[in-house]
Amino acid sequence: MKANRFTDQFIAISSLLVCWWAVAFFAESALVPGPYVVFQAMAIEWNQERLLPSLLITLQRVAISFIFAMLVGGLMGVFMGRYRLLNRILDPILIILLNIPALVVIILLYIWFGLIEVAAVAAVIINKLPNVAVTLREGGRMFDHELDEMAKMYHFSTYKKVMHLWWPQLFPYVMIATRGGLALIWKIVLVVELLGRSDGVGFQLHLAFQLFDVATILAYSFAFIMVVQFIEWFILQPLDRKASRWRKGEAHV
Amino acid sequence: MFSYQNNGMLLSGHQILSSLQLTFNLGETHCLIGPSGCGKSSLLNQMAGLSSQTDVMGWGEKVPEIGYLFQQPRLLPWRTILENLLLVEPDQSLVLERLSEVKLVEYAKYYPNEISLGMARRVALARCLLLEPDIILMDEPLTSLDLPTAKEMRELIIRLVCEHPTRSMLYVTHDLDEALQLGDIISVLGGKPAQVIHSTSSELVSREELEVLLQY
Repeated sequence: MKANRFTDQFIAISSLLVCWWAVAFFAESALVPGPYVVFQAMAIEWNQERLLPSLLITLQRVAISFIFAMLVGGLMGVFMGRYRLLNRILDPILIILLNIPALVVIILLYIWFGLIEVAAVAAVIINKLPNVAVTLREGGRMFDHELDEMAKMYHFSTYKKVMHLWWPQLFPYVMIATRGGLALIWKIVLVVELLGRSDGVGFQLHLAFQLFDVATILAYSFAFIMVVQFIEWFILQPLDRKASRWRKGEAHV
Repeated sequence: MFSYQNNGMLLSGHQILSSLQLTFNLGETHCLIGPSGCGKSSLLNQMAGLSSQTDVMGWGEKVPEIGYLFQQPRLLPWRTILENLLLVEPDQSLVLERLSEVKLVEYAKYYPNEISLGMARRVALARCLLLEPDIILMDEPLTSLDLPTAKEMRELIIRLVCEHPTRSMLYVTHDLDEALQLGDIISVLGGKPAQVIHSTSSELVSREELEVLLQY
């Protein structure tokens, strides 16, 4: 089963590379570089010690924004799902936040607070927070009332309720928010860096754009995609499998 | 002896139960029968402290430890049988002892979705017994079970609860034979709002009399 999964993924990625190579081959243009040229550009950036520091800086911004957005948005969403009054009060604010364009938030925060790190990270958090809240609100709404009663009858402590009752029910929603969050946050971080920071992947993309250096643009993009794929394969998927063992009944095997 | 009294019960603004009083002697099984929808399960929830209604008088000065066997087992599906019980009682040897009493030790590491409803109800019974309750509330625990499984469950209830010298039980059912077999006292709920229209020793009442009372 495990071997099949990796084989499937290998076939999918290989097919994509072949298609890409074919398009680049027939285009015969520096604006559509093939996989080899892009990986060469990646190697150059790595050797000139630009790729790794830029990746680390961007990752740091992604991590901080992600943690804050998940914590604040998650708590907000769960409580909105649990308490109707709170939902009625916060729902219009959530809708406004959801509909403000990401670019507007970024520009406004840069204008109000200057091109500083806090403004950059805050812009990302404000953009992501409402999405997390909406997802986790559904999770909060889906809590099983009958299990709550059971927990009350058996005198579950708050810790037990959180760890054994609520967290497992929320977990699928947290995973949806996490996957969506990672995908969205790193894209917004790049825009934030492009507009107002002098380091990170977004800044490097800005430089490459000025030179119309498509190979370097793609090199940075793929480097970051690889990082996100690494997180997916080695952190999110194992967590997912562990949390869903009960559906397959693997405990006693 | 424990005594429970309420001022009636409201559900969505409608009074579904009149005020009633129930008394439990040590080791006594009290069967409560009544037509579907007359408020039996709501009464159990109120007695267990799960009702949101606040003006109930409740238990007297002596508040018993209550175990509640819900109609559905209400096990945590993401925890194994053993883990479910360890959440109630951290002493694993005691948990395994209770599991052995309901003949499910070999299923300790199974998840609830891997066992049958009958087995899950037995796990729920074991979990209930871990509380060492003074009174066990049972809400139609044999519903939806096939005949052999229901028989096995009934025997377990008789052995672990009815024959226990100090453990009282309030057993809700609409099956008259079940009530006559298990109950020391049988109370009949009827009317609108529902009230106890008859309460007597099971030895002093026949199936036919109960049938008549249920049509009240």
